[in-house]
Amino acid sequence: MLTFVIRRTLWTVVVMFVITVVVFFIFFKTPGVDPARAIAGRSPTPQQLAEIRVQFGLNRPLYVQYARMMKSIFIDRNLVSYSDQGELVIPEIFSAAPATLSLVFGASLIWIVTAIGMGAAAAKLRGTIYDPILMILALIGISCPVFWLGQVVNLITQGGLHRSVFSWLPALGYTSFATSPVKWFEGLIFPWITLSILYIGLYARVLRANLLEVQSEDYIRTARAKGLSEQRVLLRHTLRTSMITFVSLFGLDFGALVGGGAILTEVVFGIHGVGFLTYEALINLDLATLMAVVIFGAFFIVLANALVDIGYAWLDPRVRPT
Amino acid sequence: MAALAEQLETTELRPAVAGRNPWALAWRQLRRNRIAMAALGLFVLIVLLSLAAPLYAHDVAHIASPLSPNLNGTTIVHGKVVPVMQEGGGILKLGESPIGPTWDIGHYFLGADGIGRDVATLILYGGRASLQIGVTSAAFCCIGATIVALIAGFFGGLTDTILSRVMDIIWAFPVYLLAICIATELLTNTNGFQVGPLRVTATSLWTPTAIIAFIYLPYVYRPIRGQVLSVVNKEFVEAAIAQGASNFRLIFSEILPNVVSTVIVLMPLMIATTILTEAALSFLSVGVQPPNVSWGTIISDGQDLLYTRPWVSLAPGIMIVLTVLALNVLGDGVRDALDPRAKVRVR
Repeated sequence: MLTFVIRRTLWTVVVMFVITVVVFFIFFKTPGVDPARAIAGRSPTPQQLAEIRVQFGLNRPLYVQYARMMKSIFIDRNLVSYSDQGELVIPEIFSAAPATLSLVFGASLIWIVTAIGMGAAAAKLRGTIYDPILMILALIGISCPVFWLGQVVNLITQGGLHRSVFSWLPALGYTSFATSPVKWFEGLIFPWITLSILYIGLYARVLRANLLEVQSEDYIRTARAKGLSEQRVLLRHTLRTSMITFVSLFGLDFGALVGGGAILTEVVFGIHGVGFLTYEALINLDLATLMAVVIFGAFFIVLANALVDIGYAWLDPRVRPT
Repeated sequence: MAALAEQLETTELRPAVAGRNPWALAWRQLRRNRIAMAALGLFVLIVLLSLAAPLYAHDVAHIASPLSPNLNGTTIVHGKVVPVMQEGGGILKLGESPIGPTWDIGHYFLGADGIGRDVATLILYGGRASLQIGVTSAAFCCIGATIVALIAGFFGGLTDTILSRVMDIIWAFPVYLLAICIATELLTNTNGFQVGPLRVTATSLWTPTAIIAFIYLPYVYRPIRGQVLSVVNKEFVEAAIAQGASNFRLIFSEILPNVVSTVIVLMPLMIATTILTEAALSFLSVGVQPPNVSWGTIISDGQDLLYTRPWVSLAPGIMIVLTVLALNVLGDGVRDALDPRAKVRVR
């Protein structure tokens, strides 16, 4: 187990290094793309371009450029936004992180509870009309573009019914928990639901398939033969085994959402998290912010994946590679 | 000898079970799945409607250039000529708002967007771009990933390690952020992008296609490589090796046919995913670029009109949901028909 953990950790470090190199190359060495031009924004003069090359060290050798960039991201943390001169990128990302974390934590709580309920109910009600109905609902959830769903939710809660049913709802935006827990909750409740719908669909389907597969295992038959009630078989035996898959999926999706996957929800609901920051950087063509966000996002995902792998190996020795 | 000959003859004469290849069997199975066939029908209908976009524009809606702004245009509502961009309310009549849905099939059925274009026509044209990008990028992605998976699984060893690690690294990137990065780089470069003899302009539909195909490579690579590994040491491959088959023949005529079913199971689900991704990228303004439109760009334009003219974003969203739902249902059906035990999860 220890060897596995060490190997996995080393590989994580290698992946992180490669990611920084790849991102650096995407931004600074895409063939035919001049980074100075991208930094300068729309229609720069040749003189401006030359100044930018010197200012950002673009005339230096490649490895120097790379080292300078990484130093300003990780060590000095003084990377300056290209579009909004003077704004420091790294502190900005860290101050946006709580909004994203609030969004993803709340949504994941909703989707875990709902998906377990839906998946278990569908597996239990197999053969009745309710199983296909639940699964069609799950499929519809998977098929909705999240930003469009957000617009529909906004249209209902901020538009049509805002004067009657949803008059308690604050305007779009994020209020930090420290400022006002009630406002925080009210502002996030619909983004949570919107973000969780896709995952409720995915997880309910995965869980149902898994439960049905596990149900034919010998140890479930043994549990029944012991005279356990169906309830107990489902809760203590079937569901428990399916949880391994469920938890590992959750780790990956959670990582992906915090690492940038929540951008669409954040944009639609105006939640100023990391995703929104990325969107603004994109609109302003602020490559420094974009690059830093991608690197941090990818790091988060790589870490989440590593934790999932290690956790999985710990739970299930069969998958532990030597 | 005579007995044997007779026996052979009777075997020949026996009303044999008609030999059907597995594809025919799977197709028969799929055809019996009414829900999947309905989904296939819906998808084909959406494709046909999108292909008919110019027909609708010219012969039904009578719009000469459906993709260009139409700020001074007029249309007919209840027999009266009205401007497409209507004056704002209040005494000063400030601000213009596009005409809302008339529910009259020939005259701005779903209203106009922010620059006076007919939304119904735009949706049909947008469907072309969305479907084209969805289908071609899913196809490129599946073909590319299959080739890499065949090479990795067949040669194994160092080749496998390197290719799998490269895929792991693409996998580690946040999907949307990676696409955004590549797109920003490609789109800031107005002269286009040159790869060998291929030249892609920045606003071409091939830019998002290539980006989407690239970011989903590992999602297809992983299941197919697993499939290759499970057949590469089977007896029939050994038999082919014993016959002196070349590597090329081993890969393409021994192993490939055994993984094609997995690719086909993945294909509808991949198209569903790529259509959603294209819409998301276009919504974030890094997907389809003007003058082209796609369902995602229409929803993005509709964001500003959400509370006044909700149909501008509702309608293309409904098209996306229907298309993706049809593809997901079809994908489930194809999986049940071809390979019920396949564990497939694209996203």
